[in-house]
Amino acid sequence: MRRAVLIAIPYVWLLALFLVPFFIVLKISLSDTALAIPPYTPTLDFSEGWTGIKNFFSQLDLENFVWLTEDDLYWKAYLSSVKIALISTILTLIVGYPIAYAMARAPEEWRPTFMMLVILPFWTSFLIRVYAWMGILSNEGYLNQLLLWTGIISTPLTILNTNTAVYIGIVYTYLPFMILPIYSSLERMDGSLIEAAEDLGCSRMQAFWLITIPLSRPGIIAGCFLVMIPVIGEFVIPSLLGGSGTLMIGKVLWEEFFSNRDWPVASAVAVVLLLILVIPIVLFQRNQQKQTEAEQ
Amino acid sequence: MNTEVFAPWDDPQAKPLIQFQNVTKRFGAFTAIDNLSLDIYEREFFALLGPSGCGKTTMMRMLAGFETPTDGHILLGGQDIDPIPPNKRAVNMMFQSYALFPHLSIWDNIAFGLRRDNMPKRDLEERVEEMLRLTRLEQFARRKPHQISGGQRQRVALARSLAKAPKLLLLDEPLGALDKKLRQDTQFELMDIQEKTGTTFVIVTHDQEEAMTVASRVAVMDQGKLMQVATPDRIYETPNSVYVADFIGDVNIIEGRATAQGDENYRIDWAEGQPPLTASTATQLSDGQGCHLAIRPEKVAISAERPTDAINAIQGKVHDIAYLGNLSTYHVELPDGTIIKAQTANTRRISRRSFTWEDPVWLSWTATAAVLLEN
Repeated sequence: MRRAVLIAIPYVWLLALFLVPFFIVLKISLSDTALAIPPYTPTLDFSEGWTGIKNFFSQLDLENFVWLTEDDLYWKAYLSSVKIALISTILTLIVGYPIAYAMARAPEEWRPTFMMLVILPFWTSFLIRVYAWMGILSNEGYLNQLLLWTGIISTPLTILNTNTAVYIGIVYTYLPFMILPIYSSLERMDGSLIEAAEDLGCSRMQAFWLITIPLSRPGIIAGCFLVMIPVIGEFVIPSLLGGSGTLMIGKVLWEEFFSNRDWPVASAVAVVLLLILVIPIVLFQRNQQKQTEAEQ
Repeated sequence: MNTEVFAPWDDPQAKPLIQFQNVTKRFGAFTAIDNLSLDIYEREFFALLGPSGCGKTTMMRMLAGFETPTDGHILLGGQDIDPIPPNKRAVNMMFQSYALFPHLSIWDNIAFGLRRDNMPKRDLEERVEEMLRLTRLEQFARRKPHQISGGQRQRVALARSLAKAPKLLLLDEPLGALDKKLRQDTQFELMDIQEKTGTTFVIVTHDQEEAMTVASRVAVMDQGKLMQVATPDRIYETPNSVYVADFIGDVNIIEGRATAQGDENYRIDWAEGQPPLTASTATQLSDGQGCHLAIRPEKVAISAERPTDAINAIQGKVHDIAYLGNLSTYHVELPDGTIIKAQTANTRRISRRSFTWEDPVWLSWTATAAVLLEN
């Protein structure tokens, strides 16, 4: 009995906070837009009984999904989101791996401090940190002031409202998600493995490529998914740091909802986005499972 | 059969494979190895024995190249190896944790070192198969390290470190992770493999029984210094200090004062009201010099009556009996409270044991049974 209750808790949680909202969104995506509150038809009316329900289902159609294929804005936005997500994941990996490596190699007593420093940014609002980057990257921002003052450049660089700013923002924001899983896989690694590799004839560099990288692979994969999955749907960073040229599906979604007030199309965009994300999520799950199996 | 005894250390013509020349290693203020000189010969199975922190692991890590001496030099085959990095040394090491690469199969683990040398594929495959045969691991070649048992992992580690046919193989507590029974079997396996391959082995261990079993020579270390370097039987029979006598096996230590009594014979006065003891030794002691007498329990005879012909005999009563199955160790308390251990083989059924608790007994031993050690 107690076991059943314990198992039920996560399922009820999933049902209430994921499946129910998802079916509401799915339902809206099959509806038509209307000048009403809520701004779509049909709405389910139980007072008419069985005919009301039948009537309701007969009015649902795939019109909005067809529309997504007709306007090239959508697939371009999806594609561009995936591209930005891939590039920023690679950038985050390039920046994050050395940091994680240095942390794992640091003296034991220093590691909690470094860990703290990685987590520290989470203590302030994400939005405020992105605004801070606007202050740094704008034409009159701190970065340009510094570069002008040192004489490296003579005219200010335009970084804000370009894709570069979006990449900087994403790498900055998602770096901890990359560092932590890589760090945890590197930290568990037995230091004598590197010595054994050297003893058997590897140079330091070879030992790194042949031993360290393969053994931290689960961490790398986990980190990449943890960064890529949310970045595909990212809205705040491209809308605050990106320009008109930055096309991301999160931004399109927001505009459909709040500017166009076309909830059904926006819902269809969201449903397709979810379908796109299911692929990496399943791959991620499989990686985690393989890792736990290997540890047993 | 080759009847010649393997003892290059007694041959002044023999050239040592490894020479430690006044090696000192300091870590900050801590001196791990203190001005130590040592020769190790080819084909030897050499054991470094000592308690943890005595510097034995540091010696091994210096041989492997992971540490460099602060002072002095280490020579391998006459060549100073201090500036050579570990990956360029003809020395391989078997790690205490085995350090098998968890992402590679047993086969690839063994092939790892050979691949670094760019060995031709044919030769490489042959060599790996040979190593697998030597360590009886053929049917596990495709498995990953986490899919085999501890004893098998130990053999993989050995095969991997032997694959490159090193001049010198270092073994860091190689059997530490195995249970007692498996450890004993593996000790003999190690000796077999050492003989078959003719490689020089240097083993680090804190287990004296293991060192005695496998090694041709044992070096007993304490606080960065060599206390004694000799064959296992010499270490046991003629320890040169109380430390070595006490570290290897069980021993009774009696403190007293020596008086010369003719050629190489000494009288030892050791306690008020007790008859003096007699011991013979080649070392010269001055009259009245403080000394220690070390006697192994198995060399002490125990009897109900005073043996008539015994040169050393003291009386006491049985305080405790440790029954070990094949052996019994009697803890005999002397009138002044000293405990002397005497060991006898249980050749008769336990029900017929001659002595029991609180029985008065006589302990006796010959003049040569005890080792007389200077203070």
